[in-house]
Amino acid sequence: MKGLVLPAVVLLAWEAASHAGVIDPRILPPIESVLRAGWLIAGQRDVWVDLGASLARDLSGFAIGAVAGLIVGFVLGRFRICASLFQPSFDVVKQIALFAWIPLISMWFGTGEMAKVVFVALGAFVPMVLNTAEGVRSTPDWQTEVGRTLCLTRWQMTRRIYLPASVPSILTGTHLALIYSWLATIGAEYFMTTGPGLGGLIIEGRDRFAMDLVMLGVVLLGLIGFALNGIAELAEHRLLRWRPT
Amino acid sequence: MRSLVLPGRTASRTAAQAAERLQRLGFALIVPLLLLLMWAVAARHGWMPPQILPAPDVVGATIVDLWQSGDLLSNTAISLQRVVEGFALGATCGFVLGLAMGLSPDVEAFVRPLFTAVSQVPALGWIPLLMLLVGIGEPLKIIVIARAAGVPVALNTLAGVRAVPPQLIEVGRIFRFRRPQMLRYVVLPAAVPPMFTGIRYGLTHAWTALVAVELLASSEGLGYLLVWGQQMFQLDEVIAAMAAIGLIGYVMDYGLARIEAHLQRWRPVSVQAGAA
Repeated sequence: MKGLVLPAVVLLAWEAASHAGVIDPRILPPIESVLRAGWLIAGQRDVWVDLGASLARDLSGFAIGAVAGLIVGFVLGRFRICASLFQPSFDVVKQIALFAWIPLISMWFGTGEMAKVVFVALGAFVPMVLNTAEGVRSTPDWQTEVGRTLCLTRWQMTRRIYLPASVPSILTGTHLALIYSWLATIGAEYFMTTGPGLGGLIIEGRDRFAMDLVMLGVVLLGLIGFALNGIAELAEHRLLRWRPT
Repeated sequence: MRSLVLPGRTASRTAAQAAERLQRLGFALIVPLLLLLMWAVAARHGWMPPQILPAPDVVGATIVDLWQSGDLLSNTAISLQRVVEGFALGATCGFVLGLAMGLSPDVEAFVRPLFTAVSQVPALGWIPLLMLLVGIGEPLKIIVIARAAGVPVALNTLAGVRAVPPQLIEVGRIFRFRRPQMLRYVVLPAAVPPMFTGIRYGLTHAWTALVAVELLASSEGLGYLLVWGQQMFQLDEVIAAMAAIGLIGYVMDYGLARIEAHLQRWRPVSVQAGAA
């Protein structure tokens, strides 16, 4: 209940400000007009097409980036020689802020679907590699010793010892990858505005000075981020139930 | 303890350490050097058009050019100034908010839902909305960076205050500490390491947000250098700007990681486990 007080105050202040004409209603339209616009737009405009396009982009990029990151991270964690060869370079390259890749990617791949998916995949790839490698490396010694005592082959060691031990870290990586890929989806759509997408919708709203469109877009964007986060948390919780606490 | 170690042994140990470090560096350089070689060969033979992959020496010359003309330095300075201002604002707000929420359940009950709602929309999502509200000037950049930096600082401060080991609080009670004393001598010192983690994340997020906001709306700064290079089809400039962004990000992260390790050092292992 207490939690509703502040949002209510904000909404009331907003409503009062736009009705009293303190702030230009073009900049801050009253709430009911935003809701009405939202309702109208949801009824007739291709918001659902935009939404679907963004989600499809997000999930396909996420899938590619996460699988690639899982494999690379596993190899980095499992083989010390690979880690000492590649990890330092990776650690340097990962410091390039995600969005700084956009100009390069759009020069290499254009501004079409391909470029966006590549960018989203890159966003998912980095956290996946880091967390998977970390998880494999933190496999407890007693478990690898058990494996060696049982004379497991390399493949069996991977399958029976290293993989199960690194599941918690891999799930953390997946969770982060999901968050970053959504962020990357929005970024890609902001900067490469061709084709349908939620980011494109928001940018278009800004260009047309349609505040209600922008607000609708931002709310949808937050809701989807919230939902993706919730799903990831639930999955993590479910999959880690077996773990003794 | 230290006086028991014989001088000869210390020397050989440091020598071994140096050798190991050198070896690690050698391994680390193999891949970049190979890539550079491949890049040079590919450029020499014209396997890739120069618009897609300019030769490494062209990129090098561009970096030297940008450095000598002062463009690189002035744009970097502008970007850094924005990050520092936005980060200072965001970290301060985040720290106060996290501390208040951690100390008082009432504050948390009032503020948490709104805070969660604001933090669910990524910093990037706020940019177009803020553009309409505050324009595309300097305030936009500072607000976006502050939002990006503030959320992790607030969350980690909150977690840090919550995770103060109960044993320490009990000791404080036995000493009959009053609230300010408790805060000064028990809660804050115990909460420093997680808070610092928050600061580190906050700075990383601030740097990412800076690049995003400069790409979208700016006429100066490293992000603008990227956009300009892209529009002029000067890939060498894009790569130079990316290198600068990566280098600064690396230096900031490395520096903070070192400070973090230093701050963690005094913690006894058992308390650390209790706080985790």
